[in-house]
Amino acid sequence: MTASHDHFYILYNLISKDFKIRYRNMSLGIFWSLLNPLIMVAVLTYVFTRVFPSHIDNFPLFVLIGLIPFNFFTLAWATGTNSILDNASLVKKVRFHREIIPISVVLGNVIHFLIQIVMLMALLVTFGPGINRQWAWIPVVLGLEIIFVCGMALAFSALDVYYRDTRYVVESANMVLFWVVPIFYSFDQVPRQFIPLYELNPVAAVVRAAQFIFLDAVAPPGRLLIKLTLVSFGALVAGFLLFGRMKKRFADYL
Amino acid sequence: MTLIELHNVSKRYFLHHKRQLLAQRVADRFRRDRQSFWALREVNLRIEAGESVAIIGANGAGKSTLLSIAVGVTSPTDGTVVQRGRVAALLELGSGFHPDLTGRENIHLNAALLGYTRSRVQQAMDTIIDFAGIAEFIDEPLRTYSTGMMARLGFSVAVHLDPDILVLDEVLAVGDQEFQRKCMDKIGEFRRRGKTLLFVSHSPDAVRSLCRRAVWLEMGRLRRDGDAEDVLAEYRATTFSTLPG
Repeated sequence: MTASHDHFYILYNLISKDFKIRYRNMSLGIFWSLLNPLIMVAVLTYVFTRVFPSHIDNFPLFVLIGLIPFNFFTLAWATGTNSILDNASLVKKVRFHREIIPISVVLGNVIHFLIQIVMLMALLVTFGPGINRQWAWIPVVLGLEIIFVCGMALAFSALDVYYRDTRYVVESANMVLFWVVPIFYSFDQVPRQFIPLYELNPVAAVVRAAQFIFLDAVAPPGRLLIKLTLVSFGALVAGFLLFGRMKKRFADYL
Repeated sequence: MTLIELHNVSKRYFLHHKRQLLAQRVADRFRRDRQSFWALREVNLRIEAGESVAIIGANGAGKSTLLSIAVGVTSPTDGTVVQRGRVAALLELGSGFHPDLTGRENIHLNAALLGYTRSRVQQAMDTIIDFAGIAEFIDEPLRTYSTGMMARLGFSVAVHLDPDILVLDEVLAVGDQEFQRKCMDKIGEFRRRGKTLLFVSHSPDAVRSLCRRAVWLEMGRLRRDGDAEDVLAEYRATTFSTLPG
């Protein structure tokens, strides 16, 4: 690998490729990024205030706080998993650090994630409890989630080359995740014996941290942050190691 | 200086047939008699700076595998590969081009993947567009291009960014006579600047006009490596002994 490869230029080009391809032929463009979670919130609000009334204050905002980090995780993980196969022609014909592919896909999703976070903040200020100084924790929590997803995308994109079933495993896992992350119910409603399981789930931890910051105006507990940090960096290291081991024979399997 | 060095390089591919189910794949891991074939066997090759080398041989002789290994897209099963200098490998014209991006966007993407910096690309942009002869379409999406236009663009990107080694896999076969002549001129100019060329070709004329040295692969083994004329003559004598001409 030539040292002079301009990784940022590659990264920039791959991200802008995905971005342009996604939006060039749509009349609403990036607006979909905002519309999508709002539609989901509307449906969930209908179900959980009219059909199964839940007694959470300001339910739409509560849901949105969980839904945005959850959506980012599932989308980035799923598209990251498919990324090497989707770019098979590149991997077979051009030499560059293959790690850039899943990472560019995750970072492409970060753009939408940030837009949605800004929308959430605007809604919190307009209809909710407003701004508080714990918001300073948000970049830390989001950063850890991004690191975690990068690790997951690296690992699963590599596995997907050899075991094409990987993408279905990821899809199923994401479906389960929607129900076991406290998005439309609160953490307090979780039966006591399942709490340790929730604590093992980094996506639940991110959502929990966001609820602490945005709704309770308190800093996320140190224990939660330390665990999230360890898991995120652990996933990143494991992802790089696994990817590094498997990438040598990508071209033979595509 | 040696730019590419292959030492005892072998490449084995496993045949999977229909054995993709998990149980079978796990079982396969522990089998010693998995079916495989060697695409390359103990190939030794050194390419010095300023050389131009053609790789010839029948279909399935291992030519493309050799190029893939030489440029580092895939790694050998046995043996070692050393590669220095900036390679522009065109294993396929316009690899990485995307139909929904414009010509200009594709130039950036392609050049980034080939390993160039933004400033280098911006410098070369006008020359690239000019050589490809697609000035009026450069901001249109690539799906509106003809095959020939895409081929011209791909070649133009690779050759104008000033690589140390240009690696071409039969890519000149596409495009019309005019384009082929233009490419040959460009490669000739590239050669005269002391740059290195490695290419796969089925055209003896192209080999003769561009290369002093030829490497003949036969069923994964290096059969002859030497003066292009001699190797071509022997290849011709062996392969076409039963055919006229």
